[in-house]
Amino acid sequence: MPESLTRAIRWDTVVGTLLIVLLLSFGFVDGFGNALNLSFLIGNTLPIALIALPMTLLVVSGEIDLSVASTAGLSGAVMGRLWNAGLPIETIIPLCLLLGVVCGLLNGLLVTRLGLPSLAVTIGTLAAYRGVAQIVLGSDAVTDFPPRYLDFAAGRLGGTFVPRALVPFLVLLAIAVVVLHATPFGRSLFAIGAGEEAAWFAGIRVRRTKLLLFVATGLMSALTGVFWALHYASARYDNATGLELSVVAAVLLGGIDFDGGRGTLGGAIAGVFLLGALQNVMSLEDVSAQSQIVVTGVLLVLSVLGPRVARQIAVLRAQSSG
Amino acid sequence: MTHPPDTGPAPVLALKGVSKSFGAVRALRDVSLELLPGEVHALAGENGAGKSTLIKTLAGVHRPDAGQVLLDGEPVVFHGPGDARDAGIAVIYQEPTLFPDLSIAENIFMGRQPRRALGRIDHKATRAATAALMRRLGVGLDPDRPARGLSIADQQIVEIAKALSFDARVLIMDEPTAALTGSEVARLFGVVRTLREQGTAVLFISHRLEEIFRICQKVTTLRDGTRIASETLDKMTEDDLVRRMVGRELAELYPERRAQTGDVALGVRRLTREGVFTDVSFEVRRGEIVGLAGLVGAGRTEVARAVFGIDRWDAGEVEVAGRRLPKGAPSAAMAAGLALVPEDRRAQGLVMDLSIERNIGLTGLRTTARAGLMDRGAERSRSLDWAVRLQVKYARIADAVSTLSGGNQQKVVLAKWLATGPKVLIVDEPTRGIDVGTKAEVHRLLAELAADGVAVLMISSDLPEILGMADRVLVMHEGRISAEIPRADATEESVLAAATGRAAA
Ligand SMILES: Nc1ncnc2c1ncn2[C@@H]1O[C@H](COP(=O)(O)OP(=O)(O)OP(=O)(O)O)[C@@H](O)[C@H]1O
Ligand SMILES: [Mg+2]
Repeated sequence: MPESLTRAIRWDTVVGTLLIVLLLSFGFVDGFGNALNLSFLIGNTLPIALIALPMTLLVVSGEIDLSVASTAGLSGAVMGRLWNAGLPIETIIPLCLLLGVVCGLLNGLLVTRLGLPSLAVTIGTLAAYRGVAQIVLGSDAVTDFPPRYLDFAAGRLGGTFVPRALVPFLVLLAIAVVVLHATPFGRSLFAIGAGEEAAWFAGIRVRRTKLLLFVATGLMSALTGVFWALHYASARYDNATGLELSVVAAVLLGGIDFDGGRGTLGGAIAGVFLLGALQNVMSLEDVSAQSQIVVTGVLLVLSVLGPRVARQIAVLRAQSSG
Repeated sequence: MTHPPDTGPAPVLALKGVSKSFGAVRALRDVSLELLPGEVHALAGENGAGKSTLIKTLAGVHRPDAGQVLLDGEPVVFHGPGDARDAGIAVIYQEPTLFPDLSIAENIFMGRQPRRALGRIDHKATRAATAALMRRLGVGLDPDRPARGLSIADQQIVEIAKALSFDARVLIMDEPTAALTGSEVARLFGVVRTLREQGTAVLFISHRLEEIFRICQKVTTLRDGTRIASETLDKMTEDDLVRRMVGRELAELYPERRAQTGDVALGVRRLTREGVFTDVSFEVRRGEIVGLAGLVGAGRTEVARAVFGIDRWDAGEVEVAGRRLPKGAPSAAMAAGLALVPEDRRAQGLVMDLSIERNIGLTGLRTTARAGLMDRGAERSRSLDWAVRLQVKYARIADAVSTLSGGNQQKVVLAKWLATGPKVLIVDEPTRGIDVGTKAEVHRLLAELAADGVAVLMISSDLPEILGMADRVLVMHEGRISAEIPRADATEESVLAAATGRAAA
């Protein structure tokens, strides 16, 4: 009872706040409602959303990856360097994705084989991957990618305000929802997150599963790095810096329990777009980038505290009504 | 209040008309109970009867919905376990609650370590005090060892030591003996007798009725949250007690069975895990129940874990139905038809936050799936089917297993593994914390499985259970198999002799 109740509270709060923020923004923030801005909002939120998909699975299974933004940056830097070297883009993109797999594999092996905590491992690789990105590209900015690709990453569907890239994202979202909520694999993630030892005793391959999730996260981060460089028509070593903060904040805001074992992808994605809308409104209101980071940080703290407080309330309520 | 001189001592701790509900479940209804100094009082009842809830009410974990807790005849309100402890009430809970990363000594003296100058913790004194407690209980646990990795029995011993470490006026014990073997139980009872003579009031819960008769003077029986009787034990028989608990006559505790043994289903050859067990070889045939006996720490659980693939072994081999198992791979063991009901239901057997349905479903993720997707209907009917067959007492199948009573949690673990339709079933303390009625039920079930051709390996600290069920008894002593005794020759004496390494049978 308390479990489902808190989940309901969390879900309602996130979706409710999202609606309120959107409605207020339409009414009071100049320019929020126009098509161009909405298209910006979605386009700017897509990188967070893309990485949030595997991150949700990872957090549900009780792990975390903070190196995602650096992996994205590294993937963009490699893309720029290879493009400058004259390789065709059709070769470059698969290589970047492969690099993402390697980054994820390294994180995963350090966590599952050496038994190190993922928080520590990925703080380390957060710094390391970004450092490699800087070595690869230096302070160059590569901008002259083929127009066809730039168009796809920044363009819109027909005459609407809907970014084209939203379509592949929705496909990936559907796949992730099915994997997490409708397959034996997804079910085992919840079991691992809520009771790793019991999951192992039930024949679930805990280490292999976690390794797979880290690899998927690396892959999606690299894909996001490619998308980022094309969307903003700029590959730099510091692309997507700090994005991990937004991803983690959004996922936790969406009701994924930091301790693992609890949450839904629907919630996580609602969290992503809530955060995206807030950041968009803050930009429209000329809130400085630094202040935006402060707001994201506060949200992160609140979203970790929120479920705990809600659970406490539910327990108290159950006791007094019992 | 003045007592006439012949009423004897006044109760130290009492409950008056206490009721407690969890949502729709009424765990206690108008229950009263008096604990007198110098008396050991038993609390008996089936799984889910409300025993642990009663104890938690006395200990300040739960606040009663109605009624009072009386301390020395005065109503008190405990705002938490700390209040009860300050009032001199020591409690051993049914499930050990140790901090895994702290040492045994630190766990025992948590928050009240002896101090040296400047408030520094006196580690030497803490260690010495712990060693003294261990001697009193007659066990050789190292005070510096971390609690992580201790067997359930050892964890329970640490909990007992913790409760003994402060001079309590009231000692409350919720199934302290469930995982202990005869000699540890005897030690514990020795300590309890001393405490009783010093005037401590003791409340004791056990599903092993002979223990109640050995150590207690009075018994209170609960059924479905209601008190049935409080009476002295000296004129009662075990049958009387069982009738109070279940409200009817019980079938035999151990079923009649004649083993029809077939091919070797489980073959273990020269299995060795360095420093844990050595050269362990045995076979279990289809249709056979083999008992694995031994003292706590002899290595029984460790062998079971290795066979199932939880731990890796260093040498030797394991075959299930003629197929060699890889080491360290529970999923491969399951695929070959092996099932393990582990000893620690809370950490290993169950995911406590998940529902009954999901917990049972965990072993059937692949088999109930259709076209790679979960089939919720199939999962639910599989779980419901087994929950009903094992008579799990629950409100809703979607409730978290953490809301079930200890015995019912154990039934969920059994359900989860029986649902896999195993060829070889290893059960480690299958009836730990299970009431007499259900125990007979579990025994009947194991006998039925064997009759259907399943090979059963049963680890149990309950010697009568081993003798009542097993076709053959293997005995372990210090990491080796010290004897193999056929049913006809298996007696308490012969098994104990081999378990303590006294005689080669
Ligand atoms: N925290 C809780 N939430 C909901 N229900 C609970 C909770 N604790 C206990 N119950 C219910 O209260 C009833 C009594 O449980 P209790 O643990 O007191 O039984 P018990 O007599 O100790 O049984 P056992 O011998 O199996 O340990 C059971 O039906 C149980 O499911
Ligand atoms: Mg109990």
